[in-house]
Amino acid sequence: MTKTLDRRDFLRVSGIAGGGLLIGTTLQFRARDAQASELPTDADFAPNAFIKIAADGKITIIAKNPEVGQGVKTSMPQLIAEELDVAWDSLIIEQADSDPAKYGPQVAGGSTATPTNWEPLRRAGAVGRALMISAAAQTWNVPEAECATMGDATVQHRPTQRSLRYAELAAKAATLTAPDAATVRMKAASEYRIIGKPIPGVDNPKIVRGQPLFGIDVTVPGMLHAQYVKAPVFGARVASANLDEIKRMRGVRDAFVIEGGTQLAGLLPGVAIVADSYWNSRVARNALKVTWAEHPTAQQSSAAFRTKATEFLATEPQRTLFAMGDAPAALQGASVVQAEYEYPFLAHASLEPMNCTAHFVDGKLEVWAPTQNPQSGRALCANTLGIDQANITIHMVRGGGGFGRRLNNDYMVEAAAIAKQVAVPVKLVWTREDDIKHDFYRPAGYHKLRGAVDAQGKLVAWDNHFVSFGEGNGFAPAAGIGGSEFPAGFVPNFRLATSTMPLGVPTGFLRAPTSNAIAFVYQSFIDELAHAAKKDPVEFRREMLAQFAPPPPPTGNGPRPVFMDAARMRGVLDLVAEMSGWGTKPLPRGTGMGVAFHFSHRGYFAEVVQATVARNGTLTVDKVWVAGDVGSVIINPSGALNQVRGSVLDGISEALAQEITIEAGATKQSNFNDFPLLRMRGVPPVEVQFKISDVPPTGMGEPALPPVIPALTNAIFAATGKRIRSLPLNKHDLRWS
Amino acid sequence: MPVSLTVNGTRRTLDVPDDMPLLWALREVLDLKGPKFGCGIGQCGACTVHVNGNAVRSCNLPVAGVANANIVTIEGLSADGTHPLQVAWQELDVAQCGYCQAGQIMTAAALLRRTPRPSDSDIDRAMTGNLCRCATYHRIREGIHRAASIAANDDAADATATDATAAARAQEAL
Ligand code: FES
Ligand code: FES
Repeated sequence: MTKTLDRRDFLRVSGIAGGGLLIGTTLQFRARDAQASELPTDADFAPNAFIKIAADGKITIIAKNPEVGQGVKTSMPQLIAEELDVAWDSLIIEQADSDPAKYGPQVAGGSTATPTNWEPLRRAGAVGRALMISAAAQTWNVPEAECATMGDATVQHRPTQRSLRYAELAAKAATLTAPDAATVRMKAASEYRIIGKPIPGVDNPKIVRGQPLFGIDVTVPGMLHAQYVKAPVFGARVASANLDEIKRMRGVRDAFVIEGGTQLAGLLPGVAIVADSYWNSRVARNALKVTWAEHPTAQQSSAAFRTKATEFLATEPQRTLFAMGDAPAALQGASVVQAEYEYPFLAHASLEPMNCTAHFVDGKLEVWAPTQNPQSGRALCANTLGIDQANITIHMVRGGGGFGRRLNNDYMVEAAAIAKQVAVPVKLVWTREDDIKHDFYRPAGYHKLRGAVDAQGKLVAWDNHFVSFGEGNGFAPAAGIGGSEFPAGFVPNFRLATSTMPLGVPTGFLRAPTSNAIAFVYQSFIDELAHAAKKDPVEFRREMLAQFAPPPPPTGNGPRPVFMDAARMRGVLDLVAEMSGWGTKPLPRGTGMGVAFHFSHRGYFAEVVQATVARNGTLTVDKVWVAGDVGSVIINPSGALNQVRGSVLDGISEALAQEITIEAGATKQSNFNDFPLLRMRGVPPVEVQFKISDVPPTGMGEPALPPVIPALTNAIFAATGKRIRSLPLNKHDLRWS
Repeated sequence: MPVSLTVNGTRRTLDVPDDMPLLWALREVLDLKGPKFGCGIGQCGACTVHVNGNAVRSCNLPVAGVANANIVTIEGLSADGTHPLQVAWQELDVAQCGYCQAGQIMTAAALLRRTPRPSDSDIDRAMTGNLCRCATYHRIREGIHRAASIAANDDAADATATDATAAARAQEAL
C-alpha cells in the first residue's frame, strides 16, 4: 500500500496529438471522471497521468488520491504546480480515477499522502519545468543556463528578455528526452511560491453553490435506487422475507435476497429493494418484514465483553508483546500506582452516509464510489462477484467525510452485487441508521496499568495488561497495538502484555486508530504517576522524555521497532506549555488545565486543555492550545489549520458523549440523536502553532486528535480531583462541592 | 396529487407521492443536489432550505405540506455564487469535506436576513441545528461575521471574527 514508486516508471514524457505535452506514466487514458465535463472535450486534450499542457494554454494537474475532506485534492497538486512553476489560479485540477499502475498508491488513510508523495510529485513537476527550459533554449538556440521559468507558465531568455509560453513550447518539449527525475533540479524551499501558501480548497466554488460533487450526487442515465437491508446481528442470514408484497409496492422494480457470506468486511447477507426513486425504495423498505436466521454472535454484548475483560485483568496476560528490563519484578515491593481504564466502541458517522452507484453490463462493472481505498474495493468486487479486476472501472467521487470508514468497501460490493442482478445502473444510498448500525467500529479496549516512581520521582516501571479482541495471536481489525508504542524505550522496566477475546462485531480504523484510545489511557496514567511523584505534569513528562534509552536494534531481518524522536516531542511540549501559560496562571476552583502529548502518523503533537466544571457537574471546555511538529513545511497552512482544529474538536466530540453499545449482538444506537456530535455552541477556541523541523513534511489528518482527549480528562482532574478512567464523559458524575 | 410550489423563483408543479419529503423532490425530481441527506430525522441540518424565508429541514417535510410555498435552495441563493456568505466561505476556506456546507450557508443566510450583525450567541442559537462532522465550526462562525461585514460593505478587517489570523492567511492566498 505504501510501496515507493519506481522513478523510472513514474515519469515518462511524451507528446499528444494537438501539440500538447503529457508528463505521466502511460498514454491512452481517457478520463471518464465526473469532473471531466469541465475539461476541453476535444479528444486531443484527453488528460493523462499528472500533468497536461495543452496547445491552447490550459494546464491540467491530476489529483491522484481520494478526497474525503482531508484536502489532498488541493495539497497534492500544489506540489506539482510549485515545481512546474505555473500560476495556481490558472490551473485545472482534475480528480483521477482509480488506477494505481498509472498513479501509484491511491489511498486516503494513515496520513500517508504527504510523506508518500512529497518527493515524487515535486519531481514530476520539476521534470516538466526542465523540459520547458530545454525546449525554449533549443528554439532560441541559446544555452539553457540563460533561460528561466517565470512562475506563470512562461520561459524567459534572460539576456534578451524574450519569452515563450509553455503552450507554445509543448510540441517541441514532447520530442525531447526527459531528464532523470532522480537528479532533476528542484527548488530550494526559499523559492516556494505555492508550497507553504494557504490555498483554498479547489472544490470550494462548487461546494458553496451546491453543485453536484459527492457520491450521493452521482446520476447515471436510467439509474434506479436501491436499499440494502442487513440483519441487526452482523452477518445473520435471511430466513424469510415478504418479497412478493414488497414487489407490488409503488415504484418497486425488484426485491431479492442476496446470500452474502460470513466475512464481516465482505458482502453480508441481506434483502435488496430496487425502485424508481429513493423515496419509493424507502417506503417499500418500511414495509419489509424479514425473519433473520439464528446467528452465533447474537448473544454478544458490551456488558459481556466488559465482564470478560475484568476476568482477564485479574489474571496473567496471555502474551507479552514487548518488554525491556523486568517490569513485574521492579513493581514488587515498590509503591505501585495501579489503575484500570476502558473506552467504548465508536462509529465514524461521516455526514454523507455510505453510498455507491454501480452499473454492470457485458461482464464489465463501473462504479462511482466515495471510497478512501478504491483498489481494495476493486479486489473485493472482483473476488465476491467473479469479475476480472481489469473489467472494473472505479471513479473516485468526493466523499462527505471519511475518517477511515471508507477504507472499507462494503457499500461498494453491495451496490455492485445489486447492479449485477438488475443489469441497469443502481444507486445505493444507506440510511443514517444503516450507517450507524453497520459501521466498522473503533474497537473498545480495557487496560490494567501498574507503574512505579522512585524516591526522586523518576518513573522506573510500567506494566500494561491490554485486553482487546482477536483470536489466537491475531487481533481483530484495528484492535492491535504496536509493541514499541510510547512509553517503550522511556522506562527502564517496561512490559506491554495482552489478552484477547473473540469478537463478532466489524471493527476498523477510525481517525488516528489505536492512538485515539491509547493516548487517553497512557497520558492519563502518566498524569496519575506525575501526581504520585509530586511533580508538575509538564515537568514529569519532560523528565520522561529525557529518559529515552531504546533497546539495541534486533539482529536479523525482523521488523525494527520505531521509537519517537524525544527531542521533537520535547519541542512541542515546551511550545504548548509556553502558549498556554502553563503553571503561571492562578485558576479559580472548578477550573483546571491538563496536558498530554502523542506521537502518531509521524507527527508530534502536545496539547493543553483548560476546562471548567461547575458545582452542578456541567463541563465547559474553555480553550485548547495545540503545538505540532510535522516537518519542514506546512504545505497548505489553511488546510492544515482546518485539519488540526477539526481533529481536536473530533476528539472532544468523542470524549464527551460518543459510545456505541452492543446489545443482543447488534448496535443499540441509530442516528445523531443517540450518537451525538459536537455542535456550534460547545466549540472552544483552539489555538494552533507549528514547530518547524528539518525533516520532510508528514500528514495532518490524524495526529492532532489523540492528545486532546487526555488533555481534557487531565484538566477535569485538575479542576475537580476526579480521575476519569473511562469514556464517554457524560457517564461520569462531575459534581463537586 | 400534483403540488405547485415556487423553487428558486420558478413556478413548478410536482407530480410526486404526497408523503415524499421535499428533500427528495428537490434532489431527484428537480435535480437540485445542493440540499443533502444526512440523517432524515431533522438532527443534522444538511438538508436545510428556505421555505417562505425560513430555514427549514427538508428531509422530514412532506411535499404536500409546502404546496404554494416559496422554496429557495443553495442553488438559488444567488445567481452567480456571490451571496456574501458564499464569498466569505471561499475567502476563509471554510469547508473540509463540504457535505454540510450548503445547509450551513442556508441556515446562516436566514439568520443574516433577520439579524444582519449577529453576535456570537446569535450564531450559537441559529446554527445549533447544523452538524459539521468535520467540525469546521470556527470558520463557519468567522464566515458569518465576515459575510455580515461584506453585506454591510465594510471592508475593514472584521473585528468580531474569532480568528483574524486565519482570515488574513486566507486572504493572502487570493
Ligand atoms: S437530513 Fe435533514 S436534518 Fe439531517
Ligand atoms: S465540512 Fe464535512 S461535514 Fe461539514
